[in-house]
Amino acid sequence: MNVQLPTGRELFEPKRPGSEDIAWCPGCGNFGIRNILISALAELGLKPSEVAIISGIGQAAKMPHYVNANGYHTLHGRAIPIATGVKAANPSLTVIAEGGDGDMYAEGGNHLLHAIRRNPDITLLIHDNQIYGLTKGQASPTTMKGVKTPTQPWGVFEEPFNPLALAIALDASFVARTFMGYFKESVEIIKKAIKHKGLAIVDILHPCVSFNKVNTYAWYREHTYWMEDHDPQDREAAFRRAIETDPLPLGVFYVSEKPAFEEMVPAYRRDKTPLWKRTPKLRLVQRFFEGKRA
Amino acid sequence: MEFRDEVSIVLGGAAGQGIQTVEEILTHALKKSGYHVYANKEYMSRVRGGMNTTEIRVSAKRVRAFVRRIDILVPFKQGVLGWVDDRLSKDTVVLGEKENVEESFLGRINLVEVPLTKMALETGSQLYINTTSAGLIVGLFHGDFRAVEEYIRKRFGSKGESIVRKNIEAAKKGYDLGVKLCEDETIRVNVKKDEVVRDEILLTGTEAVGIGALAGGMDFLSFYPMSPSTGVSTFAAQHAEEFGIIVEQVEDEISAINMALGAWFAGARAMVSTSGGGFALMSEALSLAGMAENPVVIHLAQRPGPATGLPTRTMQGDLNLVLHAGHGDFPRIILAPGSLEEAFYLSAEAFNLADKYQVPVIILTDQYFVDTYYNLPAPDVSKVKFERYIVEAKPGYRRYELTENGISPRAIPGYGEEVVIANGNEHDEWGDITEDAELTIKMQEKRAVKKLETIKRDAPLPKLIGNENAEYLVVSWGSTLHVVEEAIEKLGSEKVAHLHFSWVYPLNPEAKKFFEGKKVIVVENNVTGQFADLLWKELGVKADHRVLKYDGRPFSVEEVLDALKGVVE
Repeated sequence: MNVQLPTGRELFEPKRPGSEDIAWCPGCGNFGIRNILISALAELGLKPSEVAIISGIGQAAKMPHYVNANGYHTLHGRAIPIATGVKAANPSLTVIAEGGDGDMYAEGGNHLLHAIRRNPDITLLIHDNQIYGLTKGQASPTTMKGVKTPTQPWGVFEEPFNPLALAIALDASFVARTFMGYFKESVEIIKKAIKHKGLAIVDILHPCVSFNKVNTYAWYREHTYWMEDHDPQDREAAFRRAIETDPLPLGVFYVSEKPAFEEMVPAYRRDKTPLWKRTPKLRLVQRFFEGKRA
Repeated sequence: MEFRDEVSIVLGGAAGQGIQTVEEILTHALKKSGYHVYANKEYMSRVRGGMNTTEIRVSAKRVRAFVRRIDILVPFKQGVLGWVDDRLSKDTVVLGEKENVEESFLGRINLVEVPLTKMALETGSQLYINTTSAGLIVGLFHGDFRAVEEYIRKRFGSKGESIVRKNIEAAKKGYDLGVKLCEDETIRVNVKKDEVVRDEILLTGTEAVGIGALAGGMDFLSFYPMSPSTGVSTFAAQHAEEFGIIVEQVEDEISAINMALGAWFAGARAMVSTSGGGFALMSEALSLAGMAENPVVIHLAQRPGPATGLPTRTMQGDLNLVLHAGHGDFPRIILAPGSLEEAFYLSAEAFNLADKYQVPVIILTDQYFVDTYYNLPAPDVSKVKFERYIVEAKPGYRRYELTENGISPRAIPGYGEEVVIANGNEHDEWGDITEDAELTIKMQEKRAVKKLETIKRDAPLPKLIGNENAEYLVVSWGSTLHVVEEAIEKLGSEKVAHLHFSWVYPLNPEAKKFFEGKKVIVVENNVTGQFADLLWKELGVKADHRVLKYDGRPFSVEEVLDALKGVVE
């Protein structure tokens, strides 16, 4: 792929000891996602100190070590609540929660549902390779029916998880899908997601070269298409697109503008200062005790 | 019948009958009148029906503990007497309507009949029975009726002037009858007033923890409701607008603590409030807090387990849980306030400690503690110190810098131009993943040895009350402070001293000196003696006697006294 790298990308390249040693397999789709993410951050003109990448556990979740930004490599499935807390404590940060399909759709599934309801202004990047990589090849919630794995030797019979249909059903604020093989389009989608106020969900299809022999680079190219003439404000149309299975539509499915969590909490109604700059309101504590006396 | 110096009043009825209204009017009015008051309730895990009781002690001197004895019992339904049968004596006066007394008790109790229903109906509705009852008891004490009026105005003001007037009228009817009962010597109450009380405040354990946390700078609370911890979250929610803080009810306890971790990571002072079962769900994140050196404050109000146990009752049964929760080795701090003052100051201090040592700090209370209230001088807010330990992330900043005391200066995202990397994987000084053996050793020792030693050295010593040369040392921790204190006072023996732990873990090794040459009696509200075991493990101190109670109810002064007599005499 012959792509002109934007200036500013260099800022997001980590230069800590050992930064050059990336633990992904050669040819892994995660490399592409890293490139896309760095480009998106650079093109948005952000500084590393203004960005926080909160990840769960898995190969995808190693991202905070490979992008120079604030990072928190947390627990399996828990990136969403942690990212919600980060954004709530300091809304001036650009907060990204990142993880794989197992991380976000299995272990963290319940958090996803409720994050959609809560609508924090964070971006969810889900590396969806339809398989478990780090634990070596078990089925994930998005593995297609019939795929045989070491732990589902008879072939997966569970209905695959449909994150887009689910998100649209819950009136999520921003819902998109891309395939990392399309660099430029993916950068644009992630930029839109980051700029969107509210929870932005981006399901990023990518191959697992070690464990997924079905959903390869070629497979994704053959079984996806870009939506044209689709109105992301039209929820029913978005839902119809979301339940298409072959080929899989790519693009922004749905956008629903609504207040973000941080705009609803009392903490920022009168005062926009991030929480860490505040001090205890001892005068109010004193007043509480005076009220108790009366 | 005459009651001198102190009266223990118990109100009993079904959930939903409004006993709490009676209790509130009564305690506020009597406190305002200059009496020391203490109250605690026991209730069933149901919204309507069942059997709930409230004990109110009214006294000429400070009272802060539960007594088994009932001087005046006010039953609001049949079955109350049977429920508290073992607490009745020949001196107990049952004040109320005959219809609320079981057949089997008639003739063997001192029943003072008062036509509460009739009086309420005269005012216009049976609903007034609660205010009439409250007035009646305040009348027995010749309390200040203006205080009753004032409280009714405050409590029912939003319901309109007519409701307020009717309630005052109902209370006045009760009050006049109370005064009359006392004057015609049916029930003589002879309790002196103490002028200092009027200026004091009434506070519950729940409020003490909540306002303490706010004083400590709590600006974020995430929770999932669970008895008996929910009160603290409710308190925070009701003060959220005023204090400008975030209070969020989330999908589960896992989310609650992870959100709090994220908030701390970005510089907030966050707390979660839960009970044992909810805390169990938090243990994975607790371990993350240990590894990532992510501060967090956890309020855990204990109830009896295992599993759902007795949801609305009390036990000090989760000490082992909080001591050992979370996989791997990492330090934590456990605080267990014994008094409401301690609950205020320790809940505030918990945030400084979490910030300073970058560890989970657990405030361990229990149902008995959060539901207890009494009058106390208002805590001195100027004594609360706000200590912030956040540093700026300057170029080259390393989140997990190896230091002598095990504490790495903590920077937060967005303050300073360098980035901050936190990690739940084993990591190098920058926060990146490592599998290096040497570095693993250093990081393990940093967290679980060096930092722990630093905290231990700084840990305050327990409080010795009484004679340094006593033969027996009675040890209590957390919510049993006052009940042990009063029992020892009643025992009146020079041979016995009291050692109380509000800082429960880690113990300062110097604490061992208190035990030298003593016979040790540990009093605990659990079945095995979890704190006694901790003393053995941490200090090599062996408990000679364990006084344990584990029926889901709090210790009474009488029970502790009897147990101590059994050992000492």
